[in-house]
Amino acid sequence: MGKELRHAVAFTALTMLLFGGAYHGVLWVIGRVAFPAQAEGSVIRRADGTVVGSALVAQRFVERGYVHSRPSAVEYDAASTGPSNNGSANPEQIALERKRLQAVMAEDDVKAAQVPSELITASGSGIDPDLPLAGVDVQVSRIAAARHVPAARIRSLIAAHADAPTWGFLGCARVNVLELNLALNEAFGPPPTSH
Amino acid sequence: MSTQYLAVTFTIVLAVATSVPLGRYIYDVFSGQHTWLDPIFRPIERLVLRASGVDAAVAQDWKRYSASLLLSNVVMWLIGFAILELQGHLPLNPDHIGGMEPTQAFNTISSFVTNTNLQHYAGETSLSYFSQMFVITFLQFVTAATGVAACVAVIRGLAGDRLTALGNFYVDATRAAVRLFLPLALVVGVFLLWQGAPMTFKSALHATTVEGAPQTIARGVVAAEVAIKQLGTNGGGYFNANSAHPFENPTPLTNLVETWAILVIPMAMVWALGDFTRRRTLAVVVFTVMLAIYVPMVAIAVGQEAHGSPAIAAMGVSQTAGSMEGKEVRFGSGLSALWAVSTTVTSNGSVNAAQDSLTPLTGLMAMIGMWLNNIFGGVGVGFLNMMIVIIVTVFIAGMMIGRTPEFLGKKVEGREMKLASLALLWHPLAILIGTAVACAVWTSTAHPDAALGWLHNHGPHGFSEMLYEFSSSAANNGSGFEGLGNNTPFWNISTGLVMLLSRYIPIVAPLALAGSLAAKPAAPETAGSLRADTPTFGFTLWAVIIILGLLMFLPVAVLGPLAEYLALH
Repeated sequence: MGKELRHAVAFTALTMLLFGGAYHGVLWVIGRVAFPAQAEGSVIRRADGTVVGSALVAQRFVERGYVHSRPSAVEYDAASTGPSNNGSANPEQIALERKRLQAVMAEDDVKAAQVPSELITASGSGIDPDLPLAGVDVQVSRIAAARHVPAARIRSLIAAHADAPTWGFLGCARVNVLELNLALNEAFGPPPTSH
Repeated sequence: MSTQYLAVTFTIVLAVATSVPLGRYIYDVFSGQHTWLDPIFRPIERLVLRASGVDAAVAQDWKRYSASLLLSNVVMWLIGFAILELQGHLPLNPDHIGGMEPTQAFNTISSFVTNTNLQHYAGETSLSYFSQMFVITFLQFVTAATGVAACVAVIRGLAGDRLTALGNFYVDATRAAVRLFLPLALVVGVFLLWQGAPMTFKSALHATTVEGAPQTIARGVVAAEVAIKQLGTNGGGYFNANSAHPFENPTPLTNLVETWAILVIPMAMVWALGDFTRRRTLAVVVFTVMLAIYVPMVAIAVGQEAHGSPAIAAMGVSQTAGSMEGKEVRFGSGLSALWAVSTTVTSNGSVNAAQDSLTPLTGLMAMIGMWLNNIFGGVGVGFLNMMIVIIVTVFIAGMMIGRTPEFLGKKVEGREMKLASLALLWHPLAILIGTAVACAVWTSTAHPDAALGWLHNHGPHGFSEMLYEFSSSAANNGSGFEGLGNNTPFWNISTGLVMLLSRYIPIVAPLALAGSLAAKPAAPETAGSLRADTPTFGFTLWAVIIILGLLMFLPVAVLGPLAEYLALH
């Protein structure tokens, strides 16, 4: 039994060093050398070096001149991610969906049929960085009006930022909301604040 | 929408096609053949064995093999528990996270030692980088290797003729960890890094958003953990959102690789069985039976999610991507449905969408995956579960046609049937009794919402939340209907115990069974033998899996997901 216990303890200690330590070390070095931007979390900085966010992480947009992100069950808290966990028959969920739909219809002056479900449902992570094209389209006239820019120019900027499904069939066509909003600011300057 | 079906089909075909050569590689590694990765990984294997003081030449019978397996797991449990309690005083803790509450730590360490990866904590707020590395990721390698080792030992027993020993546990576990999981995890890890999964020791990122609000973005050594959590049917995510989190699963390409990584090793184990027993047709029969259950489940799930939510349809909102509550735009509903089924049949338990928000019948498919727990199954242990059902099928078929039940030329007798029944019956008992106790506690508590606050949804869906939690624990799966408020002493202790028993009973019983079969002489198969490698046997096996595996769960399925489905439509 003593010998068995020695084997068990030594095996645990060694594999712990190997998989807890060395394995991480190898990947960390590869990250630093080959993929430094990704390894740090795809950070986006301003010209002065301050951090705007991560290209992979949604943030809240409420101003009329910006594309608004998908609803988040965690208020876009990227230190405490997660979904709503609401079932589709949950009355609270249905009430939430209805409330979000009315807000989109009022703010963007569109009919329910134009609103894709992504805009009235919360994502799995709470920080889904993307919207489907239809989800951006319904917001265009509001953004154009707020920024005093022709809608066509905004549409062409969106087209330039749209990602097609990988290889034409993997995943969904989408637009990264943060990157699009930064591109809007770069092209037309920051929007006049409405609040 | 049609592209979603194409993406789902492509993913499955990719996993099936690559599992064949991987199965051959697994056989080569465990039968001592030369492989092309030997120059790099053989020296590491030798180093681990030598430094552990293990004599690779010593073969163990089933009792000593099981004893080594259990003892090493006890040691890992104790050390892991200590680290979780003391993480506040340990290094690599830039976000200053304190020790875990004891019942939560009991649950967490039981969950990770048993390869379950049920998480009653949120990674970004409850674990230091040190714990993520030296408890979570370490155990994700070694417990997966433990499952593969047990499986290989059992297959040796089945294939052997008058064998007294099944192999050496430490040799098998080291080979699985170092020569199977490590190379694959390195490749997948680099791929994830390239696509955007972070790998940093720096603290959380503090940003000022475009609109000027503060945002804290947790990060860490993500790529390393996600790679092995997928490959080792572990499933425990770095972050609370698991693989729905854009840092864990940034692109459709990472989603493809992560889904592939869930499936490929469990699939490859079936081919390895064919090589070990020198019966490729048997492997083809078993693989086909598994596919004939898995593919229809995927089809139902993808179809259900594509329909979307009836409530949203009633509002006149378009659901071109399907049901999107709890799902990510970059994947859409189809790839999330594929993941939900794949992760539950294989006992992985990672998610790329909220299981709790799946439409009712997709939620049922996820539960069926865990109730069966042998359709590809967890790395190694999935095949052990399947072997139990094969033995039972042999017995039933033998009774039906009046021949001596035998498998691979070995007579199946009373002792084997008792062991198989023990493993087979434990699983539904743990789930149904656990759920019944939880329901009894809930209904006997005055004002349970205020007093207990477990259930996030009510009615049938609330019942499903409790049923799912015990199903996940007993299947060593680890996913959850996460609306369940499960970080309470009741859930931490009850599911912790279920995970431990449901890990070791289904490993030790098959080892005992294999030990008993191994000692018997293998009779040459004759025209009068009951052959397992035929389509007839395959069909019988398929029927036994469905009838035996699901009939016991029909009442709870009706009370939970089926009632919810009927109420919605």
